[in-house]
Amino acid sequence: MTTTKKTAPRDNGAPEFKKFLHPLMAKNYGKWKYHERLRPGVLVHVAESGDALYTVRAGSPRTMSVDTVRKICTIADKYCQGHLRFTSRCNIEFLLAREEDIDPLIREVRDILGFPVGGTGPSISNVIHTQGWLHCNLPGTDAAGAVKALMDTLYEDFVNERLPQRVKISTSCCQINCGGQSDIAINLQHHKPPKIDHGKMQICELPKVVAICPVAAVRPRRVEGRDSLEVIEEKCMYCGACHGQCPSMEIRDAEADTLSIWVGGKSASTRSGPSFMKLATYGLPNNPPRWPEVSEAVCRILDAYKAGAKPYERVGEWIDRVGWKRFFEVTGFPFTKYHIDNYRFARTTFNTSSQVRL
Amino acid sequence: MSDTKEPEEIQTPLLDELEKGPWPSFVTDLKDLSEKKPAVKQLLGQLEESYETRTDHWLGTVINLDGYGGGVIGRYSDVVDKFPAMARFNTIRILEPSAWVYSTAALRELCDISEKHSAGILQFHGMTGDILMLGSDNEQTFEAGEELMEKGWDLGGSGAAMRTLACCVGPARCEMSCFDTLGLTKYITDTFISELHRPEFPYKYKFKLSGCANDCACSMQRSDMPIIGTWRDGIQVDQEEVARFIDERGERSVMNTVIARCPTQCMTLKDRKIIIDDDNCVHCMHCINVMHRALSIGRDRGVTILIGGKRSLKIGDTMSSVLVPFMKMESEEDWERLTDLVRRIWDFWGEHGMEHERVGEFIDRVGLGTFLDGIGLEPDPQMVNQPRSNPYIKFEEYTRPRMAGEEKKAPSVLNKEPDGEETIS
Ligand code: SF4
Ligand code: SF4
Ligand code: SF4
Ligand code: SF4
Repeated sequence: MTTTKKTAPRDNGAPEFKKFLHPLMAKNYGKWKYHERLRPGVLVHVAESGDALYTVRAGSPRTMSVDTVRKICTIADKYCQGHLRFTSRCNIEFLLAREEDIDPLIREVRDILGFPVGGTGPSISNVIHTQGWLHCNLPGTDAAGAVKALMDTLYEDFVNERLPQRVKISTSCCQINCGGQSDIAINLQHHKPPKIDHGKMQICELPKVVAICPVAAVRPRRVEGRDSLEVIEEKCMYCGACHGQCPSMEIRDAEADTLSIWVGGKSASTRSGPSFMKLATYGLPNNPPRWPEVSEAVCRILDAYKAGAKPYERVGEWIDRVGWKRFFEVTGFPFTKYHIDNYRFARTTFNTSSQVRL
Repeated sequence: MSDTKEPEEIQTPLLDELEKGPWPSFVTDLKDLSEKKPAVKQLLGQLEESYETRTDHWLGTVINLDGYGGGVIGRYSDVVDKFPAMARFNTIRILEPSAWVYSTAALRELCDISEKHSAGILQFHGMTGDILMLGSDNEQTFEAGEELMEKGWDLGGSGAAMRTLACCVGPARCEMSCFDTLGLTKYITDTFISELHRPEFPYKYKFKLSGCANDCACSMQRSDMPIIGTWRDGIQVDQEEVARFIDERGERSVMNTVIARCPTQCMTLKDRKIIIDDDNCVHCMHCINVMHRALSIGRDRGVTILIGGKRSLKIGDTMSSVLVPFMKMESEEDWERLTDLVRRIWDFWGEHGMEHERVGEFIDRVGLGTFLDGIGLEPDPQMVNQPRSNPYIKFEEYTRPRMAGEEKKAPSVLNKEPDGEETIS
């Protein structure tokens, strides 16, 4: 009788990427000389050896059925010697050794997959996003749907390179903000303290929930003879950290939650250093299935950026140069007391000079 | 009578709106998939309810494979009465290959496993970098996990562990790359594979690696330890290409888009030649990005290591800051020097960090000076924008017990326990 192993080997580690490199990548590894953008969505990288590797970048919806992934594979088998990669912003990069394959490949990407080619250079890259209602336990809004609706609106800025500089956009569907810093970010905002379901409180987790609150607004309390918690509402700033820890601390409110838009985040240390994004506008309705108010506000920012920024200036660099006064003027968003920070280090965000634009 | 929705009863008028427009629609894709995977129909039905009521229907739970402390995101629905297939709908996180390079054979293998043991939905990729495989019940999760590992794949991180790493395309296809981002990503992953699979830290610890300051891996704000390529000799200048650039775009363009944008004003244009004061170059990459045929990264390459970046939860966003201004990162010994440093950080933070305290928050609490003492690194002016301007300083040399001649032992860390008691350890 044959015995079957109970469990497969463990701790395999990361897959061996060397097996997955396109032959030209493997051959010219670390020996690239320069690259050019041939047209929106198409790059060529030239190696010291003289080899040229062409890249066609296509936007993907990130969430894909196995059949769609197999179609991608079929195209890559035909034109890319069976190799491709994904970018940090969920684009697919088809890698080609032959320039003459570019057009037929783009045709198949368009006709078979329906994916747009673009996202290179001064364009809008694919929106980075989180799980949302499709699969997370914390969201107050959806991610994939909001991104789909937004990218429909911004489509022309993905397939063209007509912005002053690249614009990265992200969404986050709770205040944990998985989406990260971006030139433009769409984030959910809670407006009420958590509602506690005392009956479902998991006793063992209580100290953890107390500990996680950044403003010490949660404290133990006995409710109807059981150990539970209470929230000091004046202190609570609706961050939802407690909700992440304990599902019985419900922070979401379908009626009250809104969306806010943040601008000027940047990760690169290029020119100015990296920067956090700042509040541009708030109180937008959480309006599925297409969130038109969000698209409208994002377009307003992009139009102002296109009109006002110099070449190579990221959104945050443009605003830093022209000042926030001008930003609020040209976008038409009202500046209110909520734009003024009142959390840690708030003072470091004040204008502590007499330099004003009049 | 059961509330279970028959497949034909599941209508998705709101989601159908997302089938319109030029951008590819995940709704259309999932609808097609639901023809052979009926559970996906229920997934869409549940999502439609979320769209109708703006209410999420997922709850989280813990499920682990034998020997693992993370890697599976357990999910079950609060509307199982209507959508029974959503009773368990877990996500498996799978370690991705460095820089997300794939062969189609590998992708097809993932597709086959996904189709066999889950709903057949894949995401490329999760926010941390993993491949995500959605929609398996508990039994399928185990089966999928075993098959993945049998075929050489491994699970990604979750919880208070080292998380799955991510890196830019680096030397595989980019002339700007100052070190082997892909190789080091695999090396760190494999060296610390146990720390990745068994959560034992105060909280999560993320690495992201970018070959240069362009930071295509978004490491600065999205990882606890960004590793960013740089060089310490001069930028390589090809003056012939400079002249060609000037011929093509004009001298004014060089002045306005390159020289004037250099953050340290270390470039000048003289007689159609670019001259760089390399001692004052901060390796920001701007000039190289614009004139990428004329200018290229130096030859004496290495990395800058930073620490403490994270997003909002819970003290607000923190940006990483410089920990090691320059370290060579070429040989196996260099890589080991890095993993040694990482171990020292984990030891110190592991001992003194509070539950749910990211390393950046920990540094904020104990002070960077104490942190450096704790991990055995010398202070360096490159770690700060400026020295302190506030005068409230506890000079250890001038205060007891050091005044009494006692040897300094471990650095003092003030621990604030959740119950409010303050203890010195
Ligand atoms: S942003 Fe919040 S709700 Fe959205 S996926 Fe991340 S943790 Fe979940
Ligand atoms: S929402 Fe945030 S501030 Fe309010 S109680 Fe919860 S953790 Fe504390
Ligand atoms: S971070 Fe630098 S080395 Fe890495 S892909 Fe981007 S430009 Fe190239
Ligand atoms: S890399 Fe940046 S700092 Fe260095 S010379 Fe070029 S623009 Fe100036």
